[in-house]
Amino acid sequence: MPNDNWFRRNTKFGAAPAKSSNETVPDGLAVKCGGCGEIVFNKEFEKNLKVCPKCGHHHRMSVDERIETIFDEGTFVEINVAIRSRDFLNFPEYQDKLNKGWAKFGNSDSFRIGRGDIQGQKCVAGLSEFGFMGGSMGSVAGEKITQALEAGAAEQLPVVLFTTSGGARMQEGLVSLMQMAKTSAAAAKLAQARMPLIIVLTDPTTAGVMASYASLGDVLLAEPGALVAFTGQRVAAQAAQGQKLPANYQSAEWRLERGQIDDVVARKDLPIVLGRLLALLHNPDTDRPARKSATRAASKAKASTNGNDAAHALAVQD
Amino acid sequence: MQKSLTVLDFERSLAELDKNIAAYETAGTGRGEDYSTVIDDLKSTRQRLLTEIFMNLTPWDEVLLARKRERPYSLDYIKLVFEDFVELHGDRLFSDDQSIVCGPARIAGRNVMVVGQQKGRDLKERQLRNFGYPRPDAYRKALRMMKMAEKLRLPVITFVDCPGADTNVGSEERGISDAIARNLMEMSVLGTPIITIIIGEGGSGGALGVAVADRVLIMEHAIYSVIAPEGCAAILDTFGRDPARADEASAALRVTSKHAREFGLVDEILPEPLGGAHADVEAAAETLRSAIVENLAKLSEMPLDHLLEQRYAKYRGMGFYDIIEEVVTGTEPIK
Repeated sequence: MPNDNWFRRNTKFGAAPAKSSNETVPDGLAVKCGGCGEIVFNKEFEKNLKVCPKCGHHHRMSVDERIETIFDEGTFVEINVAIRSRDFLNFPEYQDKLNKGWAKFGNSDSFRIGRGDIQGQKCVAGLSEFGFMGGSMGSVAGEKITQALEAGAAEQLPVVLFTTSGGARMQEGLVSLMQMAKTSAAAAKLAQARMPLIIVLTDPTTAGVMASYASLGDVLLAEPGALVAFTGQRVAAQAAQGQKLPANYQSAEWRLERGQIDDVVARKDLPIVLGRLLALLHNPDTDRPARKSATRAASKAKASTNGNDAAHALAVQD
Repeated sequence: MQKSLTVLDFERSLAELDKNIAAYETAGTGRGEDYSTVIDDLKSTRQRLLTEIFMNLTPWDEVLLARKRERPYSLDYIKLVFEDFVELHGDRLFSDDQSIVCGPARIAGRNVMVVGQQKGRDLKERQLRNFGYPRPDAYRKALRMMKMAEKLRLPVITFVDCPGADTNVGSEERGISDAIARNLMEMSVLGTPIITIIIGEGGSGGALGVAVADRVLIMEHAIYSVIAPEGCAAILDTFGRDPARADEASAALRVTSKHAREFGLVDEILPEPLGGAHADVEAAAETLRSAIVENLAKLSEMPLDHLLEQRYAKYRGMGFYDIIEEVVTGTEPIK
């Protein structure tokens, strides 16, 4: 269920910078806020974590920027960087899009995983890269998300996933739809191992990603103003057939009001909130030891990661 | 079924022939003349034509065929396949969404739980079934029934036939993403055998929400797609963002049953009568029935932990990607 969310939106929450975060930060002295249209000096913009100091609009971040702002310095170690998408359907233009993505992001595709500390709390983490084909989930993203969840289960570590994605990657056809089932099954493995899953929904998270692992966190947090939707705004407008959509429709705040997410957290507060949650939901020193069934589930998860050994062996620890 | 048959483009020449055959038959009865040679001739031409047409269906033809109004829907099959079926209603939370029908049933003397996505034929029924687009309440009703099945040790049989999940405000308000995601997760660990049959339109997450199973079967002329071809064409620059280019998108997306099998995403294709399941609903239902019985027998022999391990491994292995130079494939390699 991919969606049209990588297109520019022009709503109160939208007017999204679109496509790549680089576009929001041109090589210059200043940048125009996608929220209020005000001019903000680059230095101030970066210092403020790409949040407009005037209106609070949260602009999109790349994975590198995200890692820098979330994890304790130097603790994030990426795993399994060596897997790469393949145009197995010969889908028109897919190979070009991959080539462009690789030129910009290396082999990382739309998802990166690793281990790191947030405020001293160890976790397995995954982050989606919106700049790489709208963060769409194909075989590589599905595999990496699954590996992160399995690693959490096997190593008895909480998992934190940062999402931003238009949905499933159409260019991989039905195989990408199946990534929804694959990642959701892996989320069940983590649950059986009794480890917490925390999802941080960032703008935008929609369609096949929202209707699978991104909805399966024990805790769902969202950044202010993030579009969190099953149906992207353009399709939603069509579906409404001219009827007016509710104010702030599908925004993080709208979700919070309806009891669908746990909280909306400003970017600057995320590390602290995540650190506290991780400490409260998982304390290896005082938690009751996992019951037999949980350990068994964990070892099973480890055993069933077919192809994973190779992946681990290839993991680049940089 | 419908009085006026829908005639798809590739069926037009057949419809023409049918009209001629009918005309000769009427004329023969009316005037007491014997046109049987002509009629037999026309009928054999028709058969030849039909075979030829069905050997050369394009992916887009298959899309239209899968959506054809005359095609048997879940309830049509349920009536023919099961010895008994009692429909149970509602998600106990908000409503009874009738785009999915559920209830216990019996097949070959064995009790099962049935979950079927249901479209409507006439306007009234189409409205009743929300045009086949399930809302969150439908997925939650399905999950309630599947949990009941797990508790009572009933295998679950699901029928998939939906263009996609509902995209309206009400569905977003009640958490359509959550409803589908939860089903995916719960079905991946549900402690009872699950068999899914894609009978018509396997539309995106709306279909997958009741289609995580130990065995996924697909009817020959059903389709299974990550997105409706129209949606794909409308979104991608590749197709000029033009929904009218859905036929191209359907070819690129590889939506046919053959493709789904080729990529190892479904386990078995169930052959349909020549001309499609609607040409002989009873024969199609019999194929379906024996496939369910056969698969049930196999799955029931398996210890539960083994079944669940196998289910996990199946979905775990789906995906095609390269590891540096080495190619890793979930299933068999593809050309």
